[in-house]
Amino acid sequence: MKIKQLSIFIENQPGRLYKALEILAQEDVNIRALSLADTSEFAILRLVVNSPEKGMEILEKNNFIVKLTDIIGVELDDTPGGLTKVLKILNDENIDLEYLYAFTHDQTSKAILLLHANDLDEMINVLDSNNVKIVPADVVYNL
Amino acid sequence: MFWDEKAECMSREEIEELQLRKLQATVKRAFDKVPFYNKKYTECEVFPEDIETLKDIEKLPILTKDDLRASYPFGLFAVDQKDIVEVHSSSGTTGKPVVSGYTKKDLDIWAELIARGLKMMGLDENDIIQNTHGYGMFTGGFGVHYGVLKIGATIIPISTGQTRRQVEIMNDFGTTCLIFTPSYGLHLGEVAREEGVDPTKVGLKAIGFGSEPYTEEIRQRIQESFNAPAYNIYGLTEIMGPGVGMECCAQNGLHIAEDYFYPEIIDTNTNKILGEGQKGELILTNLEREGMPVIRFRTKDITALHYDTCKCGRTHVRMERITGRADDMIKVKGVAVFPSQIEKALLKVSDVEPHYQIIVTRPDILDEIEVKVEASQSLFFDGVKEMMNVQNKIADYIQNEIGIRVKVTLVEPKSLPRATKGKAKRVIDKRNLH
Repeated sequence: MKIKQLSIFIENQPGRLYKALEILAQEDVNIRALSLADTSEFAILRLVVNSPEKGMEILEKNNFIVKLTDIIGVELDDTPGGLTKVLKILNDENIDLEYLYAFTHDQTSKAILLLHANDLDEMINVLDSNNVKIVPADVVYNL
Repeated sequence: MFWDEKAECMSREEIEELQLRKLQATVKRAFDKVPFYNKKYTECEVFPEDIETLKDIEKLPILTKDDLRASYPFGLFAVDQKDIVEVHSSSGTTGKPVVSGYTKKDLDIWAELIARGLKMMGLDENDIIQNTHGYGMFTGGFGVHYGVLKIGATIIPISTGQTRRQVEIMNDFGTTCLIFTPSYGLHLGEVAREEGVDPTKVGLKAIGFGSEPYTEEIRQRIQESFNAPAYNIYGLTEIMGPGVGMECCAQNGLHIAEDYFYPEIIDTNTNKILGEGQKGELILTNLEREGMPVIRFRTKDITALHYDTCKCGRTHVRMERITGRADDMIKVKGVAVFPSQIEKALLKVSDVEPHYQIIVTRPDILDEIEVKVEASQSLFFDGVKEMMNVQNKIADYIQNEIGIRVKVTLVEPKSLPRATKGKAKRVIDKRNLH
């Protein structure tokens, strides 16, 4: 159920993001979703890819520091208010969100919201009991 | 102006004759009274009677700071502890400090040599000397103090810090000479202007500065800031303290008091003695020191020596401004920092010692240090907040070791230069001090 996200340490220097993505492209690792948290000196690049283990291996081989981080994907209506509906639930239930990002794809009229929280299992429980659909990891990898 | 014209203007033959006599006596005393020398010289199969000429000093082993440290605290004393009247010590930031012990006579010699230097700077009993060097275990404060008493000038023992008070006193008391480190001096000048005191109008006759690397440009800035000539003072705790070398009115190198110290220049890597004018590491020997004779000490300071008679008339050898270090030590904000201290701090945050680089800059007057650390699995977290915490934690550990706050930047693995031959370049000093 949990999606394995690649978290990559990137220096805030010209060309570093390109380098990381180029390596993945060369090895046919396909990116499903991406987010970048940046500071003046470094950034954390977060990727959901079709093959997380393979992605990690080739990035590490090229001297990147990578961690596999568990996150959750939930399905949203791709309409105005779709995102806030889910956020309201998390807010009402006092879930401490660390970060989130979202993407749409062309197979359904749904969007997928990717979430990370301090306590992932608690978040899963909350979402389950509020009938929010959690997307299985395999589905996300293979979209 | 001379304090002791006879001693300061001796002919080369007279100097060498006196040096040989004093060296022989010093080596004999050290061998007889200090077990450390006895053991060391016996191991090297060199004995006091082998010193027949000055050149024979080269038969004696060279001492490092580690040798001195191993004798902590009083192991190098050549007299009973009851005859030691004062001790000073280095800061000990890299391990055990080096303790320096002085008998009454040693203190008198120290005062004498500072007195010579103050005279070189054109000062006498009419002057008011404000000593901003710290009073305490640091040799700078008391060394200068004793010399000022010796020439009969007025000492203001204000010590370091309290910059606004320094300005007020300088202005109200009519200070004619300031003693400071270059960076503190520049700061003092700025604060004075902020306080509405024009430091060029205070009536300063001279400035004595030391215990930090400097460039001619920094000297110029000091001289302009205070409208007074600025003279460098050189010294080190192990040998005595300030006063080992002092600059005269010619401002063309520091006179080493050759009747009390024997300087040599060696090639740092081969230990080969270098000739006049050649740059290398300064080795110093105490020729007359009761409490703690130090023989052939590696100062790690890079300089060159010149033996021609100075414009001022003095014959004592002149050493050039220190232009570098034979080790990685950097002086930042007046504090000695060694890369080994940074390493020690880094080992506390990570099992494996991360690669790092120290970058020292001086954006304006004050030094800044940035430590770049290569991130690793154990130093990487999937959160900006956690990463900021890692940087802060590293900065905390480093501050604990060196006493200064540094900026820590995490960089990608393998992004810092590796050693190609021998040691990696750990320190990038962008201050252009050398």
